[in-house]
Amino acid sequence: MLEPIEDLGGAAQPLLEVKGLVKHFPVGGGLFAKTKVVQAVDDVSFTVAKGETVGIVGESGCGKSTTARLLMQLMPRNEGEIIFDGQLVGESMSLRDLRRAMQMVFQDSYASLNPRLTIEESIAFGPKVHGMADGAARTLARDLLTKVGLKPETFANRYPHEVSGGQRQRVNIARALALNPRLVILDEAVSALDKSVEAQVLNLLVDLKREFGLTYLFISHDLNVVRYISDRVLVMYLGQVVELGPVDEVWDGPAHPYTQALLAAMPASDPDQRTEVPPITGDPPNPIDPPSGCRFHTRCGFCEDVCISTVPRLSMVADGAHQAACHMVIPGSGHTRAPAASEAAA
Amino acid sequence: MSLASDTAPLVEIDNLTIRFTGERTVHAVNGVSLALPKGQVLGLLGESGSGKSVTLRALMRLLPKKRTQISGTVRVAGQDVLALDDDALSAFRGRTVSMIFQEPALALDPVYTIGDQITESVVRHEGASHATGRARALEMLELVRIPSAKRRLDAYPHEMSGGMRQRAMIALALACRPQVLLADEPTTALDATVQIQILLLLRELQREMGMSVIFVTHDIGVAIEICDKVAVMYAGQIVETGSLRDIVRDARHPYPRGLLASTVHGAKRGQRLETIPGTPPSLSEAPSACSFAPRCTFARQVCRERLPPAVELSPGRVVRCVLAQETVPVT
Ligand SMILES: Nc1ncnc2c1ncn2[C@@H]1O[C@H](COP(=O)(O)OP(=O)(O)OP(=O)(O)O)[C@@H](O)[C@H]1O
Ligand SMILES: Nc1ncnc2c1ncn2[C@@H]1O[C@H](COP(=O)(O)OP(=O)(O)O)[C@@H](O)[C@H]1O
Ligand code: SF4
Ligand code: SF4
Ligand SMILES: [Mg+2]
Ligand SMILES: [Mg+2]
Repeated sequence: MLEPIEDLGGAAQPLLEVKGLVKHFPVGGGLFAKTKVVQAVDDVSFTVAKGETVGIVGESGCGKSTTARLLMQLMPRNEGEIIFDGQLVGESMSLRDLRRAMQMVFQDSYASLNPRLTIEESIAFGPKVHGMADGAARTLARDLLTKVGLKPETFANRYPHEVSGGQRQRVNIARALALNPRLVILDEAVSALDKSVEAQVLNLLVDLKREFGLTYLFISHDLNVVRYISDRVLVMYLGQVVELGPVDEVWDGPAHPYTQALLAAMPASDPDQRTEVPPITGDPPNPIDPPSGCRFHTRCGFCEDVCISTVPRLSMVADGAHQAACHMVIPGSGHTRAPAASEAAA
Repeated sequence: MSLASDTAPLVEIDNLTIRFTGERTVHAVNGVSLALPKGQVLGLLGESGSGKSVTLRALMRLLPKKRTQISGTVRVAGQDVLALDDDALSAFRGRTVSMIFQEPALALDPVYTIGDQITESVVRHEGASHATGRARALEMLELVRIPSAKRRLDAYPHEMSGGMRQRAMIALALACRPQVLLADEPTTALDATVQIQILLLLRELQREMGMSVIFVTHDIGVAIEICDKVAVMYAGQIVETGSLRDIVRDARHPYPRGLLASTVHGAKRGQRLETIPGTPPSLSEAPSACSFAPRCTFARQVCRERLPPAVELSPGRVVRCVLAQETVPVT
């Protein structure tokens, strides 16, 4: 194993702080057409404490994967700061150090493995780049294969196309762990797996987290999986965080109408409690030209004038831990359902 | 007489066996038997590769002729589907049976407007006039609740959002009022808030039109929202069939039992999830024993030696497992 990465900030220092992250992709625009931008991630801020699992949920295209790729420095950002264990990335922390401390597992288990390397070679590759001798790296790879439940005798010398999707995802997890990282970003890492295999991989993730003292950022569109694995959750809509808080508080008392709709849209689990009315109608709007004010206002049943004119900021719902970006929770916002401004001061 | 034809199954599949030949042989479907009465929704539930889509495609005769060996019988509305000639087949598709897919691109032609595609289908299948076809197209777009339907008649598929395209595909599939709708994971690629809208729409249309539906899904929640009956597939076989409530509350076969137990829904954080160990078998050989035996905690010698019997516990409730045999009195 590579030496563990030293803890600098102590337990109270968040492992990851993200401040005002922005990513706009230019799209279209020819010789005469004006270039438009997709506001893929727009002013996203959050923290992840040491040892915590933070989930990110939201519908396709809301910016989950872009957020993950920005954190991994896989593409340049337009704005924002990323602070890892108190160190500003790009200044007091180098990209090379960050790319060891933070690892990512993608949904498409096949695309992320080099088809010409055996599984053992794929896992050993990273540690060798970071200076480990070939023999030691191969031994490590075999140990990690055992840890993720794959017999090295059977799997070490196979190529990626010679194993199943669930087994490949285990290989990807082993590869992410090979650098002894502190934070692992799992982007739809179990979404492509069949249910019986998904449960195996989730159990594995829980075990590995305990054994290696890991912190997870867990991205998924599957609300059941996120509730099971996360301590806290962020809900994203059209590039923005609309609600965040401890997962049980958000599930039991969602404050943002979008979160309410998302939870209500989950298919029933009891044949006698089928959904009778869809919680909201229509499709998510185009992120090229998002609605003004609150981006959810085109689909929200509580929309009032203030929602169209003014962007709601993330504000506290109950205590400091549960926040939502909705004018109905912002004291004195002008929404008829908002608490009076004085209540906040009291 | 009319009574009898009302209760006779609209779709009857008997011992359907499908093998793909070529570079490697795949025994995709291994002796599937199914009966679907008029006006019911049957869910075909199973993991990836279990043979759900291949079964559906056989019902529409959509499998590649050259590399496919099919045996068994498929009867839909009294017709022997596997014996239909090309003319009969083209009348059969769209009018008797119609299909919707996960990816609307498989059903919608990118170079024609939605209105033209529906019109053309009505003209071709019903010999109707262009004007009648056009009127039906508008009626269908309104039926699937596409906003500003009249304007959307002239829209191309790529000009619509994902949910809208899915609605347009449903409008096209239902335009000639088929007796049977085959739905292959039509909501899997959709966002959660759109998926539930499409499921409720399908449920409503099915009731109004009195269609029979075979709905393929790997998501038990989706099956709960829409199905009356469920057939669970594993390795190209149906291992258990029953009413939705039977399967959800009282599955008997170890595979669906394990599948239902391994759900994360309602599981406590930090608590280990139930799992089914191992992975599904490769389908390179035809099964000669219970395909689930390598993963089954109840497996015994006989399970590895021959195919388990299909035990009928009650009418419409069939379990393919040696354990089921022991729970019914020998008659
Ligand atoms: N390279 C790119 N160029 C242009 N637009 C992009 C690019 N990458 C992402 N986008 C757009 O940015 C938005 C957010 O994309 P992202 O993939 O991060 O969303 P997501 O929530 O992870 O979606 P999914 O669940 O479908 O993976 C989308 O509208 C997407 O089309
Ligand atoms: N045209 C084909 N040629 C060869 N193999 C096929 C073909 N279509 C499907 N298969 C194989 O048949 C099996 C069942 O496939 P399918 O019915 O598509 O599964 P699913 O239950 O996911 O829909 C799989 O092993 C698949 O790879
Ligand atoms: S700010 Fe207004 S439109 Fe947005 S979610 Fe709240 S009530 Fe709805
Ligand atoms: S037949 Fe035997 S191996 Fe197959 S499911 Fe039943 S008990 Fe298990
Ligand atoms: Mg994504
Ligand atoms: Mg399929």
